[in-house]
Amino acid sequence: MNAVSREAPERQEIEALLPWHAAGTLSRRDRERVERAIASDSELARRLTLVREELQETIHLNESLGVPSSRAMEKLFAAIEAEGAPAPARRSFDLVGRVSEFLSGFAPRTIAYAAAAATVALFLQSAMLTAALMKDRSDTPTTELAAAHPTSNVHAVIRFSPQATSAEIITFLNAHGAEVVIGPGRNGLFDMRFTGDPSAAEIVRNVQRMQSETKVVEFIATKG
Amino acid sequence: MQATSDEELIGRIASGDRLAMQVLFARHHVRVFRFVLRLVRDESVAEDLISEVFLDVWRQAGRFEGRSAVPTWLLAIARFKALTALRRKPDEELDEEAAAAIEDQSDDPEVSLAKKDKSVVLRKCLEGLSAEHREIIDLVYYHEKSVEEVAGIVGIPENTVKTRMFYARKRLAELLKAAGIERGWP
Repeated sequence: MNAVSREAPERQEIEALLPWHAAGTLSRRDRERVERAIASDSELARRLTLVREELQETIHLNESLGVPSSRAMEKLFAAIEAEGAPAPARRSFDLVGRVSEFLSGFAPRTIAYAAAAATVALFLQSAMLTAALMKDRSDTPTTELAAAHPTSNVHAVIRFSPQATSAEIITFLNAHGAEVVIGPGRNGLFDMRFTGDPSAAEIVRNVQRMQSETKVVEFIATKG
Repeated sequence: MQATSDEELIGRIASGDRLAMQVLFARHHVRVFRFVLRLVRDESVAEDLISEVFLDVWRQAGRFEGRSAVPTWLLAIARFKALTALRRKPDEELDEEAAAAIEDQSDDPEVSLAKKDKSVVLRKCLEGLSAEHREIIDLVYYHEKSVEEVAGIVGIPENTVKTRMFYARKRLAELLKAAGIERGWP
């Protein structure tokens, strides 16, 4: 630390950013700052190499920790089943408060106009809330949809890569004409089926194609 | 189905969509588990904690305001749960853990053998760091969190994040030196 503390503050500041530079999580501005400094400072470049070693071994160490057993998942979904639907969203749209705040900034003679505006705004708020509630009712069939598929139509089991984003998973399922029937079950596996009425050979081919997409798929196998 | 972001999944979970919950769990539970496991060092406890983390998500999805990314939010909840669990740990277990960490620093036969492999020693020294230092190293290197995100998860100012990371790396260098690897830094 003593040697480091004698270094120029700018260099110390750059050095402090090296871990984030190596991880690729710096803003563009900071990234360019670090890159400029490294280009003209071989000792800083050497220290970045040390940071990269640490990063690589930290990833290796974490990846070697394995995955949780199905117990965690079973416990979670049992608790969810027991608990029922979550508490409704409490994101209130405090229009009355906002209108009051808005009105306080006006001279008294304009209050009458503002009050009229507030009345209209409150009416609009009611309309918006009603529309939102109606939308909520129409937007909730997903669970029923998932439960409606008979499990006898399950063609394969799949476990998604932890790194896959939801968008990637959904795009992947759509691209292969597949849908999740139920899950996750033991070891994070989801039951999956293909749309239409594929033959056994088609199912095997589909599964093989999906298997090659390792970015999204961690494990997949035909069922039956 | 439409392409859905993490934030949209949370919106669906808030309306009671179990499938959305399953997808979110499938995508994030391994990383959350590893983060918690590195803190509590007990697989059984870590598994219990990730159930609690996602149960909190189920309960609180309606209050998620998107101020941070969903994975960052999950890690913040997980951290709180892990620290609470650690506080419940009997003192004697903590002492044993501290003793184990001290033993890690010594140049025992296993470490001597491992000197031949710098990577092995580096990993062993990473395991020998304190919980605070392990946490920040994992968040930055493995979970790829920015300075701002780490500050949000750990609940400390951004400058403290940088300082803590520096001291974690400095401690790592000391452990490496004790294990026979001199890196010429700091």
